[in-house]
Amino acid sequence: MMHNLILKVISKFLIPLIMLFALYVQFHGDFGPGGGFQAGVIFSAAFILYTIVFGLDAAKKIIPPGVLKVLASLGVLIYAGTGIAGLILGGNYLEYGVLASNQIAGQHIGILVIELGVGITVASVMMIIFFAFAERGRS
Amino acid sequence: MIESHLSLLIVVIPLIAAPVVAVLPNGRAPWLFSTLVTWSVFYLAILQLANVSTGGVVSYELGGWAPPWGIEYRIDSVNALVALIVSGIAAISLPYALTSVAKEIPEKQTSLFYAAFLLCLTGLLGITQTGDIFNLFVFLEISSLSSYALISLGRQRQALTASYQYLIMGTIGATFFLIGVGLLYAMTGTLNMQDLSQRLPEIFEHRTIHTAFAFIMVGFALKLAMFPLHLWLPNAYTYAPSIVTIFLAATATKVAVYVMIRVIFGVFSLHLIESTPTDELFLLLGMAGVIAASISAIYQTNAKRLFAYSSVAQIGYMVLGIGFGSVLGLTASFVHIFNHAIMKAALFMALGAILYRTGSNQVKDMRGLAHKMPWTFAAFVIGGLSLIGVPGTAGFISKWYLVLAALEQQSWIVVAVILTGSLLAVAYVWKLVEIMYFNSGPNASSKTSSEDIKEAPLSLLLPLWLLVIANIYFGFDTSLTVGIAEPAATMLLGDKP
Repeated sequence: MMHNLILKVISKFLIPLIMLFALYVQFHGDFGPGGGFQAGVIFSAAFILYTIVFGLDAAKKIIPPGVLKVLASLGVLIYAGTGIAGLILGGNYLEYGVLASNQIAGQHIGILVIELGVGITVASVMMIIFFAFAERGRS
Repeated sequence: MIESHLSLLIVVIPLIAAPVVAVLPNGRAPWLFSTLVTWSVFYLAILQLANVSTGGVVSYELGGWAPPWGIEYRIDSVNALVALIVSGIAAISLPYALTSVAKEIPEKQTSLFYAAFLLCLTGLLGITQTGDIFNLFVFLEISSLSSYALISLGRQRQALTASYQYLIMGTIGATFFLIGVGLLYAMTGTLNMQDLSQRLPEIFEHRTIHTAFAFIMVGFALKLAMFPLHLWLPNAYTYAPSIVTIFLAATATKVAVYVMIRVIFGVFSLHLIESTPTDELFLLLGMAGVIAASISAIYQTNAKRLFAYSSVAQIGYMVLGIGFGSVLGLTASFVHIFNHAIMKAALFMALGAILYRTGSNQVKDMRGLAHKMPWTFAAFVIGGLSLIGVPGTAGFISKWYLVLAALEQQSWIVVAVILTGSLLAVAYVWKLVEIMYFNSGPNASSKTSSEDIKEAPLSLLLPLWLLVIANIYFGFDTSLTVGIAEPAATMLLGDKP
């Protein structure tokens, strides 16, 4: 298969970099611009690029739609579960301060975990939407 | 622990349950889990109402951030009552859902359907619980987006257009609301409703505040389908699956009416309403809505659409109550929010049972059904009587208070409109009663042959009759409805009588 050789080589080179950048945006979100939403979109962009270049079937082998559905729910549960963890540790809902021994560390952990949940959900929902559109017209 | 986090748990339990339901295998499991969740939320809502019914206010600080900086859930008797209605209708309609959804929703979509249902419940409950006006917008979007998805699941292709129409109108409404909130924030620097109500009186004369008020009012008039902004509602209610129509008709517009009341009296004030022509406008549009929508209802050939128009008319009564700006008027609005929820849920449940057996909600296909489905028919008649406002049913109580409010201000024309509206309701309810009871001709146009049609299954009849009995019960015992609505109205109006 020599079709689109340049595209395939370049995208294989770019995809890891896009993912790395997504993770940077994800975990830098508490200090700089970024956060789970942006990171999720960038992360899913890497997969969407892969799907466009290598085809829907190849992409579905890497990440089956069933897994995506579970991941989308998991992200919401991570977010809501962090809130519940605050409740169990004696604070109010989403009170991060009680998650660690001191207030500042707790705020850090809280926002990172919550943004991770956002990132997972956004990335998987973006892929679900893209797959849904890509599948239109296929039997 | 449950006691101190009560107001929060009511919102968070369905929120957490929704993603769990989404990954459950299709079949009965999602239904069972959702039913458990809604009944526990209903129980918590009862506890919450008991806590605040004596006039107290419960405040909950999300994330431990003190208001007005953090998001605050602020519960008083007003929103506790609305939360009770929403969770109660959800709890009663879910047992009904099992049979109805199995018939109307494709099996492979059941778990996603219940997930969307729970998200919609989360949004509606969140709107009632929160004391933060931006948080209210977020919950409004949660409930709206999930209701677009729910409506689009209807069996006919028109469901998609109906849902799209609602999406466009709903988004315009939500955007207008957000623009209003943005202007308020620019002027006051706060989003907490309690804080807003203290800061706003100083700058009431400012034009930005008037603009913000206008944007919020128009935005929510769209959401609550206030005449003449109701055009999305008949299609959405007609083509949605039965269970969605039952749930949305009984809760979504009611919650929007609550928000309108809360924003007018809890954020702005009666003063702003009376210094602008808003109250006259509300009375005028309320009256026009009652008459125009009732007349449209008479001419409908689809029973679901008929009652959708009747919903627009009933919303007109609630808007009239707001327009009076008096304790009696607001009491009537609150009581009607409650009573209309139980009567419309009962009527749409009866139509859902008919759809389950005959596969159609066209008026012409309902010929002679009274003899084949006597229990459904009896429930339908009692629900219809309540809608008309016959003494001994819940509908009478709300009409009575509304007429009292009109008499108090000597607006004879409003009294006349309310009575005319009731007479028009007699006309459209009678139209269906006549065709079901007195017209026993052969059911030629129906897809199923008439011999197959028998009484609806018990799982549909039980929730239906529960609501019918509630309609009669609340027509006699008004301690829950009026007993809570009256002090709530007094509290919202503050020192003004």
